[in-house]
Amino acid sequence: MNDQAEPKERIGVYVCHCGSNIAATVDVADVAVWAKERLGDEGVVITHDYKFMCSSLGQELIERDIKEEGLTRVVVAACSPHLHEKTFRTACARAGLNPYLCELVSIREQVSWVHSDRQAATEKAKAVVAGGVERVIHNEPLEPLHIPIHPATLVVGGGIAGIQAALELADSGHQVYLVEREPSIGGHMAQFDKTFPTMDCAACILTPKMVDAGGHPHIDLFTWSEVVRVDGFVGNFTVTIRQKPRYIDTDLCTGCGICWEKCPKRVIDDVYEAGLGYRKAVYTPFAQAVPKYPVIDPENCTYFINGKCRACEKFCPTDAIKFDQEEEFITVQVGNIILATGFDLFDARRVPQYGYGRLANVFTSLEFERLCNAAGPTNGQIVMRDGVTKPELVAVIHCVGSRDRNYNNYCSVICCMSSLKFAHLVKERTGARVYNFYIDMRTAFKDYDEFYQRVLEEGTIFVRGRVAEVTDAARLPSEDGKLIVQVEDTLAGRQRRIPVDMVILSAGLEPRHDAKAVAHQFGISCSANGWFIERHPKLDPVATMTEGIFIAGTVQGPKDIPASVSQGAAAAARVLGRINKGEIELEPVRATIDARHCSGCRICNGLCPFNAIIFHEDAMVSEINHALCQGCGTCVAACPAGAISGSSFSNEQIMSQIEGLLLFDRPVRSRHFSAV
Amino acid sequence: MNDQFEPVIIGFTCNWCSYRAADLAGTARIKYPPNIRLIRLMCSGRMDPTFVLKALAEGADGVMITGCHPGECHYLDQNYKALRRVLLLRRTIGQMGIEPGRVKLVWASAAEGVRLAQEIGHFVEEIRDMGPLNWPGRLAAAHVNGHGRDDRLMPADMMLEEVPA
Amino acid sequence: MQRSARPYLDSLLAIQQDIGWELEEIQDWNCCGATEYISVSRLPAYALNGRNLALAAQQANGVNTVLAGCSACYLNLAKTDRYMQKDGRLNAQVNEALAAGGLHYDPGTVKIRHLLDVIVHKVGLEAVKRKVVRPLTGLRVAPYYGCMVVRPDPENRFGSPEYPTILDELMKALGAEVVDFPVKTHCCGGHMTQISAPVAYELIRRLLYAADQYQADIMVTLCPMCQLNLDAYQDDANKHFRTNYTMPIVYFTQLMGLAFGHDPAELGLGREFVNTAPALAKIGVEVPEEPAAARPRTRRDDPSLPMPQPLLKK
Repeated sequence: MNDQAEPKERIGVYVCHCGSNIAATVDVADVAVWAKERLGDEGVVITHDYKFMCSSLGQELIERDIKEEGLTRVVVAACSPHLHEKTFRTACARAGLNPYLCELVSIREQVSWVHSDRQAATEKAKAVVAGGVERVIHNEPLEPLHIPIHPATLVVGGGIAGIQAALELADSGHQVYLVEREPSIGGHMAQFDKTFPTMDCAACILTPKMVDAGGHPHIDLFTWSEVVRVDGFVGNFTVTIRQKPRYIDTDLCTGCGICWEKCPKRVIDDVYEAGLGYRKAVYTPFAQAVPKYPVIDPENCTYFINGKCRACEKFCPTDAIKFDQEEEFITVQVGNIILATGFDLFDARRVPQYGYGRLANVFTSLEFERLCNAAGPTNGQIVMRDGVTKPELVAVIHCVGSRDRNYNNYCSVICCMSSLKFAHLVKERTGARVYNFYIDMRTAFKDYDEFYQRVLEEGTIFVRGRVAEVTDAARLPSEDGKLIVQVEDTLAGRQRRIPVDMVILSAGLEPRHDAKAVAHQFGISCSANGWFIERHPKLDPVATMTEGIFIAGTVQGPKDIPASVSQGAAAAARVLGRINKGEIELEPVRATIDARHCSGCRICNGLCPFNAIIFHEDAMVSEINHALCQGCGTCVAACPAGAISGSSFSNEQIMSQIEGLLLFDRPVRSRHFSAV
Repeated sequence: MNDQFEPVIIGFTCNWCSYRAADLAGTARIKYPPNIRLIRLMCSGRMDPTFVLKALAEGADGVMITGCHPGECHYLDQNYKALRRVLLLRRTIGQMGIEPGRVKLVWASAAEGVRLAQEIGHFVEEIRDMGPLNWPGRLAAAHVNGHGRDDRLMPADMMLEEVPA
Repeated sequence: MQRSARPYLDSLLAIQQDIGWELEEIQDWNCCGATEYISVSRLPAYALNGRNLALAAQQANGVNTVLAGCSACYLNLAKTDRYMQKDGRLNAQVNEALAAGGLHYDPGTVKIRHLLDVIVHKVGLEAVKRKVVRPLTGLRVAPYYGCMVVRPDPENRFGSPEYPTILDELMKALGAEVVDFPVKTHCCGGHMTQISAPVAYELIRRLLYAADQYQADIMVTLCPMCQLNLDAYQDDANKHFRTNYTMPIVYFTQLMGLAFGHDPAELGLGREFVNTAPALAKIGVEVPEEPAAARPRTRRDDPSLPMPQPLLKK
């Protein structure tokens, strides 16, 4: 630090080219030369620029210098520490240097990729390197924190991704708590009729998995339940689950179905049947529901409304109806959490020009799924809203609510394929003429494009263009009584009006309406579109920035069933790795109070959100519990006596980094403000 | 480079949101002026006001503090504490004769790379309009003049003895 | 509004007390340029509107809202103000032009809003409902917004640009039965009647056809151009397509006036080309015969000096 004193440390500085990623914008050689000349007084003894520091040769370079030159500190100027910090720290450790004496500073994400002026970028890179050098001098040798992992896992969401994750974990012998909001697991997949491109029946492939999950000795299933509270951190979360009252004693209920047979109250089912069918006030959403026990919906149950009826109770052969049941709160301990809470379908009412909700024969994709499902309200008959008429002309509109600045910019991935599926099913079951209105056909992945070819050959008419309007306003008597699809056919280059009987809107996928609240509850973040953010979009798609929280399925972004299943399994594999190891290593970022300097003012006590600071009345000093401290550093910044220090982010480190960053702009360093 | 004043700005970023937003801006190759140099903290709550004073005293023309949006703090609510400190700090530096606008607080989530880049662009322009702060220079001048009892500098002079680290 | 849309003005003046307004006309206003000028040359078009805005700002005594009855005027004024705010160069150019007439306008000084928007959002449907003494019960109304007023609608004043509903709500507040008019934002043809009449006739026909299909008694508009096209050219469109629509077209202010209990004559009813009497009879309103004195002045009444015809060389 001090110009006059001999530098205490021997520092190596390594500047990475990252191929041309950095070298194209930053004169890396100049940075390396400059660092040695300018920062020699600070202890920089060796500088190198190298093509790929993260390559094994690059790492060996560091290791060799540590051994041969006796380096005591290492600064690598390369990519973001979120990417390769661990790589270089490990390299240092291999050479016998404490890994926390290595500092990775970002001259790629924060310099070469965001600036274009070579001179300015090079200067900034020098400043960043100087900041790193000044900082690393104050780094302390640290040991990572070892956190034991509780072997149980919480899976939130009982759709296909959640079921897959739960089964993988449970099959390997570990306890899983599977929480589902609805009365049955199964998720959206349980609503579908067929699955593209193989056209196998969704229920046939899903229900065995549901049954497995329902009866698995290592899975505790909580349906009709929600997570209300999450405490603790990776390795040891305490989760509180609210079990809503079913008003059914599941120990007695046999799932015989007499109760819903006898229930006199018919209710429109707008969840499972997408508003197209009815259920009773006591119900299971569908025949293959897991668990088999029904729930009583108190909002619609006659007994709950006016105190009379109790028909189900009278007829129940096992006396399982319990109207006095109350909600329960169950607390479980888990080491990791997998979130697979899925998606909501885009509300097609938001596109008023397509007429959904106004024009009877405009259907959403989910409604149509129910319509052609053999177990659905029409027993699989594709009919118009009157329940009788078979359509002769059907339009399928793609990208409803997707790829549209007014709603969602992103592509919902599955709609092209499901629209093709609809076209195929309509053709197969009604022989109607089918039009598909698309912007671009997106049929990537295995066997998908072949399916497109097949549907083309079946004679479905494809019109390329975004539909302007679906209207019942006929212009000519020939259009009377029809729905008219007004579209610009961009291949033919003309406006077309196509009269049809039925319109299916392939609505996009949206994050769950409460995704933000869920993200907040579990301490993770949502992207601008509302999907949960993964740790790395390519290389770590199922982990999140928060240790111990994993994501799987559409909660991470629109995807189809195979991708959701893969992610469910992948998340489980990540968790299994943790469980098998028994512990994880965490960054030793923690705050510590030096009792000798603590005046006992207690300012820090109220600042800690985790109640990690305890006050000793007898000694009149505060102390930080490292098991609870998460290392945010708010108390460090607040302590008026400077008695709290934060490892990895100490005042000395940051103050020196500030000096280093500004060194370049101050050729003559003033000593008036030197850090204390 | 032309004669245009190029301010130097120190940015404090939160490890969980704005530092990742900066990474995201990089990955997406979103350009912003090179005048800002970022320091990573674990949380905007770690931001000790003396860091800001230190940066200004060492020659920075402005300081940008970034954190998670209210309600989205990785550590529950520490960004509110950062907000409180920044508001107080802006008043304090105002009393020292420094434009409070030289310290700015910006919320940026991990997804907001574009927004962060825009905010940096705006802030650089704001500071450019304010001109150089040159606090070290002013202090040096005050020292050369002996007692240097320029009213504008007095509180800053007092800072000399009192700045804790 | 003095001439072709006289009933709009009359009815607006009639109801202004009911809704507690005092309107002031912009002195020496000029034409907004409608749709044509802007497609011919942008800058003069913006300057024309800039002049109106400057005059309005000058005249504003603590009031800062310019109320436009016509959709095109509303759109042009709002567009000019918005673009001047966004684009510094345009702002400078327009103001340079205005300076020639000793005027200046700072964009954003006045708020430009359409009459319907202000009645629904500022006066409020509840206040309107309270004033209703003769509900329009039983009258099937087709609400027709036209294409200009609802888009672009950056401040979302009309609900959805594709499917606005505020006129529907206003008509419901008056007690009318509102049909779910699917072509409510389609074009009336605008000035195409002068440029290519068959095109305009087709556009007019589509609207009439839809209104007829929905068994509307009457179509309500909020723009003088729409009213003129649908009313005055209905007969021509009928002749062109050999149809015989008799769809009366009125301004929403006229229906408000009727619901508030005003005399039909006071609201300018009876001046339409298509007879409104059968429709309004449903709510017990007798439409007066067109008063002779109020007939539009013929050209002979024109006070301008006769101009000699130029002699053309053969």
